Amino acid sequence: MSADTLSNDSPAPAPSTGKLYYRVGELPPIAWKILSFVLFFGAWEIAGQIPISLAFPPFSAVMVALVKLMASGELFSAYGRTLPPLLIGLAITSIFGVVFGVAMGLSRMSELALFPPMIIMQTAPMAAIIPLITYAYGIGITAKVIAVVILSLPMVTLNSYNGIRHTSDSLLEMTRSFMGTRRQQVTKIMLPHASGMIFAGLRLGISGGFIGIVLAELLITPTGIGDIISYYRSIARYAEMFAAIFSVIAFATLVLTGLQLIERRIFKVLGQGSR
Amino acid sequence: MNSMSAIRETDAVSANEVIVKAVGISKRYGDGTEALSDVTIEFRRGELTTLLGPSGCGKTTLLKIIAGLLSASGGEVRVNNKTVYGPGPERAFVFQDFALMPWATVLRNVAFGLELRGTPKAEREDVARRYIKSVGLAGSEHKFPSELSGGMRQRAGLARALTVNADVLLMDEPFSAIDEQMRRKLQEDLLELLREEKKSVIFVTHSIEEAVYLSDQVVLLTRNPGRVVKSIRPGFDRNAGPDAVRRDQRYLDAVDDIWSQLKQYLS
Repeated sequence: MSADTLSNDSPAPAPSTGKLYYRVGELPPIAWKILSFVLFFGAWEIAGQIPISLAFPPFSAVMVALVKLMASGELFSAYGRTLPPLLIGLAITSIFGVVFGVAMGLSRMSELALFPPMIIMQTAPMAAIIPLITYAYGIGITAKVIAVVILSLPMVTLNSYNGIRHTSDSLLEMTRSFMGTRRQQVTKIMLPHASGMIFAGLRLGISGGFIGIVLAELLITPTGIGDIISYYRSIARYAEMFAAIFSVIAFATLVLTGLQLIERRIFKVLGQGSR
Repeated sequence: MNSMSAIRETDAVSANEVIVKAVGISKRYGDGTEALSDVTIEFRRGELTTLLGPSGCGKTTLLKIIAGLLSASGGEVRVNNKTVYGPGPERAFVFQDFALMPWATVLRNVAFGLELRGTPKAEREDVARRYIKSVGLAGSEHKFPSELSGGMRQRAGLARALTVNADVLLMDEPFSAIDEQMRRKLQEDLLELLREEKKSVIFVTHSIEEAVYLSDQVVLLTRNPGRVVKSIRPGFDRNAGPDAVRRDQRYLDAVDDIWSQLKQYLS
């Protein structure tokens, strides 16, 4: 065997005979993702075909129902009603959650003022509280926005707060030693340092917002996607019901992926510095 | 053999040879512990002075007081004969844990001192590139700290302190988190760099060898409370090169002498 074949940087592929385990390790990440989906949906299909319950249709039937719901336009008009309160709620959360969290991290006063309501919101049993919101705000869009905000705001706020609070002391000291101002400490050290946590909070908040809007639509008045879910459940067409649930998950995943792209862009800019 | 012949006690110098003077510094914490008690040290222009002592002797506290990062309970720090009350442009700090921003490239990290002063991007990056090169990091400008070894990270920390063009470098155990072989290399490179840069350096360490190898003056501190025991000038010829120095009898004698001094304060 020549020294060439021993060297690490030789681009020659592994011998194709046997050694499957060796080549599995070289699969690109996307292959692993697809494999994971195949396994999950495969298991779903099998469970539905057995069937383990009449209320549990196989994956293929759900997909057919999903296509039908989309073709009839029913799904899209449902999202037309679900999205406005969701987006308004998430916009409120993104702005106020980050502002509150950063304020709590920077000032003891706002920490004392905001910590208890955040904890209450985070631990409150939402299913029990949403009907109360309806008493106060009626069945309109306001009540739904509030449901979204209650379920998403604490995660964004508390994560942002923790990100700011746990800024490395040595980086703050470094900024001081080079005569940085307090403002520079906040903008150049604390916020970038916390941005990972802030984005983690936003991800959790968006997931919470989706839970909030579906809960609100199921519990307040059946509208939008909540209406589809409860209507098809009531007439026992479970494939359509699961198709609606599936669409919520798929949509949330898309939004979260979009957020991840924004996050990467921001980190790239941070690495090179401004101006 | 008289080992004392290898060293000279510090003698008085004229005022303009002194760049930094700590006068009667004491530091008492809220719980009553006395970290430093009446510490007076003169640091001469263009020299490297180490603060050497066991852990708990307050040497890092003293350095941070000189840097203006901590306030003293008593006494004052004078730089160029003027009392200072906080961090200043004539002093730059090198941190034990490097204090590099993990989200920023080496280039941005090194230029950060100038960034804080509002130097335009193109200009500060020019300066940063020059010092990245002189500390031996050329080619790593766009790497992130996580992609660098400990030694390379501290080179970046040193480059950052050099970019702001301060007269005094304050180095807080800069090589203690770095493995032994790399530490020796960094010590040699530091001396090499200082020959060109003409800085005055205050260097904190707990390694006797490191102190003697690097210093024009070694200040011995002891603990409970931290105070100056002795100030020593290991007067050997540094131009002979690193390997000759480490075998020089005067180097070895100074190490022995300092050890015998410090030994009595341990236990």
